[in-house]
Amino acid sequence: MPTTMIGRRPIDVNDEGFLTAYDQWDEELGATLAELIGLELTDRHWQVLRFLRADYAGRKETATLRRTSTLGGFGIKELFTLFPGKPAKKMAYVAGLPKPKGCV
Amino acid sequence: MKRLVILGGGTAGTMVANKLRAAYSQDELALTVVDLDDQHHYQPGYLFLPFGTYRAQQLVRSRHSFLPDGVDLVLCEIDRVDAPFKTVYLTDGRALSYDYLIIATGVQPRPEATTGGDGPEVGVSVHSFYTLEAAKELAEALRRFRGGKLVVHITDMPIKCPVAPLEFTFLAEEWLTKHGIREKTELTYVTPLDGAFTKPVASRELGTMLSEKGIHLETDFTIERIDNDAKEIVSYDDRRVPFDLLVTIPLNLGPDYIARSGLGDDLNLVPCDQQTMQALAHPDIFVLGDGGTLLTSKAGSVAHFAVDIFMENFPAHLAGAELTHGFDGHANCFIESGYGKGLLLGFNYDTQPYTGTFPAPLIGPLALLKESRLNHLAKLAFRWVYWNMLLRGRPLPFTNKMSLVGKRVEDAGSASAQPMPAKASAPAPLAASPKPAPVRKPAPARPSIGKPAAKPSPTPRPSAGPATPTPSGPLPPDPRKGVDSTTDPSPVLPGPIKPTF
Repeated sequence: MPTTMIGRRPIDVNDEGFLTAYDQWDEELGATLAELIGLELTDRHWQVLRFLRADYAGRKETATLRRTSTLGGFGIKELFTLFPGKPAKKMAYVAGLPKPKGCV
Repeated sequence: MKRLVILGGGTAGTMVANKLRAAYSQDELALTVVDLDDQHHYQPGYLFLPFGTYRAQQLVRSRHSFLPDGVDLVLCEIDRVDAPFKTVYLTDGRALSYDYLIIATGVQPRPEATTGGDGPEVGVSVHSFYTLEAAKELAEALRRFRGGKLVVHITDMPIKCPVAPLEFTFLAEEWLTKHGIREKTELTYVTPLDGAFTKPVASRELGTMLSEKGIHLETDFTIERIDNDAKEIVSYDDRRVPFDLLVTIPLNLGPDYIARSGLGDDLNLVPCDQQTMQALAHPDIFVLGDGGTLLTSKAGSVAHFAVDIFMENFPAHLAGAELTHGFDGHANCFIESGYGKGLLLGFNYDTQPYTGTFPAPLIGPLALLKESRLNHLAKLAFRWVYWNMLLRGRPLPFTNKMSLVGKRVEDAGSASAQPMPAKASAPAPLAASPKPAPVRKPAPARPSIGKPAAKPSPTPRPSAGPATPTPSGPLPPDPRKGVDSTTDPSPVLPGPIKPTF
């Protein structure tokens, strides 16, 4: 697992760039990560990201789109607008969480 | 005497009932199995029904004929489980109290969970094959099909038997060819995943097979609705895939009683330990079969291996001791690829499916991730094994710990994969472990996961050499919690890794 410099801080990531240590993330880093993938974060983005962080803290697993929609109350369509293309992966990346487990 | 109740008399429930009855006398352990009806379905057979390989009556037997004497079979719907009071309530008002509970009610397809999934085209141009009835209807629809747009679609993961949609696609391609309408048919495979399958090497091999057969692959498709009027499936990012015949795999959910009992997650799956299948919230509940949250395939082979691990742990649980045996997530899947051939996949939590051979006792090595006639025959032969050996709890010549013998392990850095030497793959003798602590994942010769060739990393791989110096001079103090940066051997990359989305 590589360590990368993000904003002058060493951050542990996996081969794809997803953070591997929950505690290394803060909102400043989240904003930097968002910038890296071309996202400008609005209040609504932050509501989603805070939901994801809190949900992960409780069960150590990144919420799927379905879970973010049913439990967080964000419409899937809206998530596609906020995080275009691949919302589940982009949300996890910016929130500093593991890529959601695809499946098996 | 202790009372153990098994909810669900399917593959896992029947297997574990047989094994428990053989291991414990009725004086030691009273066993009750609860299910809705007395029909045990051979679910792997649904796949073949639309193509006429099997008839429906070959796939159904009575549940009670597979349960040994001394096991009560209760036929009723489950209302809810009161876990704190260790009682199962049935919809007819009966209450079954238990000391130990096994949840083996699996997952069921829920077409109505998708908008339009219960629309007027259902049974006309919208079909599925994940229940016996649906598979029979699809057989009729295929017989009436004269060409056009045939779309095979997965709603969301996880689904039981995750390779079945691919197998259906391969078998449909053969069926269309043999019926002379392949030229008139556009065949499309639509998946919410970013490739044909989840694991990189398998995704690459299976993706290649799709394109060689002229099957279009539509990835990252998160369905919003089935448009019954336009006969299109529509994604949340407004992609539309038109169909004349849609074969959709509906959302899979655990049964509603799980939700009513407050035992499940958002898919009504019961959160359970990855190694012991013990429910995280209730130590006297175990989840066997598809109904839990194991991060491996929802498949019969997993149910079989997990039941074995449960049986190894149950004496300790009865004695109030720690559980010392751990499941490694081992799954074996035969994949029908059409034209009388099949592939075999083997993987676990740590190891993705590789190419190579599987050293099956008695029938000799089976080709892994490669088409062969023997794999197809082994799959067909499995129906006999299922009815006559597996359900009855008779030992099968397969181990519940995955071995890397014969597998070509692909490393991210090496182009030429080598088969693992036999000695590196001997499974750890868990039973002999003197430590009382639960055994975590056995990880002999843990390989790194290979990357699909199509997705090169945008950043050079870190070398194994000394840390790459940063352009900005000495590192600032390491703020990471719990990490001693002076002993951290990983190289520090000067900039972030940007993922490819």
